[in-house]
Amino acid sequence: MKYVRQFLIILLFSFVGEVLKYLIPLPIPASIYGLLLLFLALQLHIIKLESVRETAKFLVEIMPVMFIPAGVGLLTSWEALQEMLVPVAVITVVSTVVVMAAAGKATEGMLHLGRKRRKEGTER
Amino acid sequence: MKDLLGNALFFGVVVSLLTYELGLWIKRKWKLAVFNPLLIAILAVMAVLLVFHIDYDTYNEGAKYLSYLLTPATICLAVPLYEQVELLKKNVTAILVGILSGAVASVTCVLLLSMAFGLNHEEYVTLLPKSITTAIGMGVSEELGGIVTITVAVIVITGVLGNIIAEHVCRIFHIKDPIAKGIAIGSASHAIGTARAMEMGEVEGAMSGLSIAVAGVVTVALSMVYVYFW
Repeated sequence: MKYVRQFLIILLFSFVGEVLKYLIPLPIPASIYGLLLLFLALQLHIIKLESVRETAKFLVEIMPVMFIPAGVGLLTSWEALQEMLVPVAVITVVSTVVVMAAAGKATEGMLHLGRKRRKEGTER
Repeated sequence: MKDLLGNALFFGVVVSLLTYELGLWIKRKWKLAVFNPLLIAILAVMAVLLVFHIDYDTYNEGAKYLSYLLTPATICLAVPLYEQVELLKKNVTAILVGILSGAVASVTCVLLLSMAFGLNHEEYVTLLPKSITTAIGMGVSEELGGIVTITVAVIVITGVLGNIIAEHVCRIFHIKDPIAKGIAIGSASHAIGTARAMEMGEVEGAMSGLSIAVAGVVTVALSMVYVYFW
């Protein structure tokens, strides 16, 4: 019964996410509302970690295979994509690398700065 | 053969999981980045569909149950994030600055390259939300008057690409901290990249999961401004 209850709780958050998506006129999907709500519920001890852990870990672990249908779906959008193939290919590759480097370097720079400040703080 | 596979409800899921297993096996055998299990699975399923003349809708009749789990699975990213909450609290400024930098880099990069390629406004806004999670990106593209099918295709390609190159980009740019790696991967390649970050480590996975949500929301706001630039 443990897994049924865990799955139920997770689906309940998915459903509440859907309701919020319906009520709030923003292009934000149910999954993001659900993620934030589950995080808050865990943080405020409304939901105990034990009540979702195993099923949550399982779902997160098998997540890669959930993207296979979307990837295969590129077959159907191929024609539309073909018209702007070169710019799309260049923009995709360049921006993915640039964003990854920018986000990573900015985070790392700020982390170092924070650690340095904390270290100086303790020395003082 | 076609009738048999076309009527089998479990064909879509079985062929997806089987090709993913094949991908995992190939990756174990030859440790090369191009042998990404997700990429191999996608290409192998495409090949199966083309060889046996099965259309996508028939395949998706079964495979859609995999996509069905995507919302619950994304919500479950709250669990690793909760387990790393101390790390999040301690480094919240660095994390937010990192994600914000990634989002600004993304829309700016699309803007500059769209100008360089002389794309029209419709094509530009189609690509604007390319780095964020599909469901948010679709909404943005629709709102701004983009071509939603292409947006979805580009988002998926970005995710798979991020999944493949994540480790190499981190190595080339000397991004070593697990927090920074997670933020980099999630900001650039949303949930598909996060699947890879999860395999790299718990901290990487948690931070990448957080980035999906934050980068998504920030990009919605940025797009509303950037729409006027080209």
